[in-house]
Amino acid sequence: MKFGVIVFPGSNCDHDAFYATSHALGQKAEFIWHDSAALGDVDAVILPGGFAYGDYLRCGAIAKFSPVMQAVRKFAAEGGPVLGICNGFQVLVEAGMLPGALIRNRGLKFVCREVQLRAGTLNSPFTCTAEKERIYRIPIAHGEGCYYADDHTLDELEAEDRVAFRYVDNPNGSLRDIAGVLNRERNVMGMMPHPERASEPLMGSSDGLVVFQSMLAAAVRA
Amino acid sequence: MSTAAITPDVIAQHQLTPAEYQKIVDILGREPSYTELGIFSVMWSEHCSYKSSRLHLKKLPTRGKLVVQGPGENAGIIDIGGGYVIAFKIESHNHPSFIEPFQGAATGVGGILRDIFTMGARPIAVLDSLRFGRLDDPQTGARNRRILGGVVSGIAHYGNCFGVPTAGGECIFESCYDGNPLVNVFALGVCRKEDVFYAKAAGVGNPVIYVGARTGRDGIHGASMASAEFTEESKQKRPNVQVGDPFMEKLLLEACLEAMQTGAIVGIQDMGAAGLTCSTCEMGSRGAVGIEIELDRVPQRETGMTPYEIMLSESQERMLLVADKGREDEVFQVFRKWGLEAVEIGVVTNDGKLRVKQHGRVVAEIPNRELADEAPLYDRPHTAPLRRVPLDAPPLPMPNVHAALPALLASGDLCSKRWIWEQYDYQVRTNTVAGPGADAAIVRIKETGTSVAMSLDGNGRYCYLSPREGAKLAVAESCRNLSTVGAQPVAATNCLNFGNPERPEIMAQLVEAIEGMGEACRFFGTPITGGNVSLYNETLGEGIYPTPVIGIVGLLPTAPPVATAFRNAGRNVILLGGLGDCDEQQFGSTQYAKVVLEQLWGLPPALDMDQEKRLQEAIREIVRAGLAESAHDLSDGGLAVALAESSFGGIGARIDLDTELRPDFLLFHEGPSRVLVSTAQPDKVHAIARKHGVESPVVGVTIEGEVEISRRGEPLGRWFIADLKSAYDHALESHVR
Repeated sequence: MKFGVIVFPGSNCDHDAFYATSHALGQKAEFIWHDSAALGDVDAVILPGGFAYGDYLRCGAIAKFSPVMQAVRKFAAEGGPVLGICNGFQVLVEAGMLPGALIRNRGLKFVCREVQLRAGTLNSPFTCTAEKERIYRIPIAHGEGCYYADDHTLDELEAEDRVAFRYVDNPNGSLRDIAGVLNRERNVMGMMPHPERASEPLMGSSDGLVVFQSMLAAAVRA
Repeated sequence: MSTAAITPDVIAQHQLTPAEYQKIVDILGREPSYTELGIFSVMWSEHCSYKSSRLHLKKLPTRGKLVVQGPGENAGIIDIGGGYVIAFKIESHNHPSFIEPFQGAATGVGGILRDIFTMGARPIAVLDSLRFGRLDDPQTGARNRRILGGVVSGIAHYGNCFGVPTAGGECIFESCYDGNPLVNVFALGVCRKEDVFYAKAAGVGNPVIYVGARTGRDGIHGASMASAEFTEESKQKRPNVQVGDPFMEKLLLEACLEAMQTGAIVGIQDMGAAGLTCSTCEMGSRGAVGIEIELDRVPQRETGMTPYEIMLSESQERMLLVADKGREDEVFQVFRKWGLEAVEIGVVTNDGKLRVKQHGRVVAEIPNRELADEAPLYDRPHTAPLRRVPLDAPPLPMPNVHAALPALLASGDLCSKRWIWEQYDYQVRTNTVAGPGADAAIVRIKETGTSVAMSLDGNGRYCYLSPREGAKLAVAESCRNLSTVGAQPVAATNCLNFGNPERPEIMAQLVEAIEGMGEACRFFGTPITGGNVSLYNETLGEGIYPTPVIGIVGLLPTAPPVATAFRNAGRNVILLGGLGDCDEQQFGSTQYAKVVLEQLWGLPPALDMDQEKRLQEAIREIVRAGLAESAHDLSDGGLAVALAESSFGGIGARIDLDTELRPDFLLFHEGPSRVLVSTAQPDKVHAIARKHGVESPVVGVTIEGEVEISRRGEPLGRWFIADLKSAYDHALESHVR
């Protein structure tokens, strides 16, 4: 399987996503520069964490206009799996590829810490190898990670089983403890926690591998 | 403005003495222009020229078999094997951080990061050493809290966006830092040995290229500001503080590292203090060549800037490089890819001069070497170090050790700094093996399969009582922190924060601290490969404690780190190095004296460097052999605080101590050369300790949920871990609110 890691000029977790998929997962990975109009022959796309274009405006607000996002949209429309991590989640939300918004943490400060998550659904290419009641220890590192949407949208997400991950101990005020969501077609997921930072025991946890392993399992099945 | 007459007043405003001005006239063979005066004034400022400290800095050891680059470049470089090197340095941004805490601290991070990647190394870790006034002081507490909040969010803002983990540091509160906080930032980067770049111009006719942010009027005379005491008027200096743009810096990082790979770059230097002035004349001087630039070509953010302003601006996120003639386009192409402005502003010449033109007319012409390297050098008089506290102890009250331990754990210096470090991204790049809160930060190097450990240490109270011993203790503690996680200390960088060197009793502090630091670094085999001196840390004539901060790096194999906290009940607790000793004078420098007795007297703890070295050899061997389930070194707060910190995982200890030492001394004295170890294999630990001639008494056993301490069977105190942890965890947050 080949992962394409999108590189915006201000991406800073691009190398980490690359390392997790290539080294920890043992698959192929390649970087895709933000002004590329095509994605090449990748089987899945990762929008990594960072500060895409500085994010002095709303996080991800400029990234949605970048050339590569046209290609990502097309890739997703054709059913390709797209994973947005942290800033990548913010970009997907700004691009309208996922519902809701990510606003300033309830505590108003940037927070870097390990949190506990539960998979909200196993019915997705990002969580299909997860266990229902298991607690996953995965770090967060963000200032604007409070998931927000109107009640109607939240109800819909829950009714359609599109909450991918929930916080056990909500660190940022996210509504309904939402840490990650899926699009309606279930092939685009955004999550604030960083699974690539929990992909080997040396980092204190390898629980994040479940996301990449699920993507691999789903790709093999497809 | 550029034609302003040069009067004695103007010279004095530039903080140049009449003698220094005469030297300028002698060098030029004429009166300087206003622009030239400005250029000399920043290059010859204390901050850039080290004119008060240079003579004494020569006493520091700078060589070693792993040292690739010592002082004099943008950062020191150490060979870590496997074809890779690390570049690292510490710098202060004290003065700007007092005037504008957020931007001051942010640009402090930006400056040191550029120092690292200008050498070709990608930054992989930042640590910071912070000092603030007391947060609960009725007069100054509100301001101190605001400074703390601003500094922490400034560091977070810059480092998080740039994408470097802030993996550790220290933070101490003391009244002497009320009007003068210290913000010292350490950064470390890694690169292949053959990819190191130097800040040296070469090749007559080669183009001089300006890259990065445009030049504005911000930060003019920042270096001179950092070379003066604070007065009531200092707040008006806010425009002297630069504004940072971490996104621009991130672009600059990636673009520079990529451009270096083209092979078309000859030399490169960041524009930090003294901006364009410093980068041009230093690169010229190092390469023994001249540099000619045309200011009309310098990208400018504002209109109508004078040569004086352009040359002295300290706008951030700018680099200067010299490229191979004919290969400029390869360089320009990379910078275009990253959306950065790169402009040819001049050329390397053979006359050794910095020649600055505007509209084709020469506005400054100064010999590079004299400007960069012939700054005045002062052997300032020094007497006995300033000391306003007694040597002998006051009458010591009967101790209440039961109340003292939670009080110490909740004190500013010892309490959990989680509120600070959770605001930092300490994991980005997925290399952080041990992050904030550990004895030493550990970052693995993916390329070599080995790791680097880092620790910053400095104790102003110790140094105030004895600058020489205090500096030695800082080196010993830093090396001990590294050894406790199994790392071999190999090299150091220092940041010397002192008051006004023109006062002989302050100068004496500086001289003795440098000598002590040099002696200890020589002894522990950690040459100093670079650093920074920050003088004039005084506000309204009141100086800070002498605060030399040492940053030491160590090497170790990549492996899961040894835990700080006890992990299993029923294990032997060994106090490697023994109970140590303390007298009434030495007790005056402890945290107990500060927090419980609210006094300072006497002397710092006694350090036996030979014993310290043997202790460190022993703990390294024990940890590397996997014999320690946990290891934590004793430092501020002594044995009781180390025991409490080791218990925060929920496993405590029942300790009985075989000694005559009085209970408060026994529990809280800060004698060095000791490490607390829990182990399932005490015999093997004893054997290693014996081999190194180190005491290794078993002082107790680990138990669930509590810490109990007795002396020869007589109970001294018993605490629930939950209570101690609660005091420790919530103190800083409650102070900050």
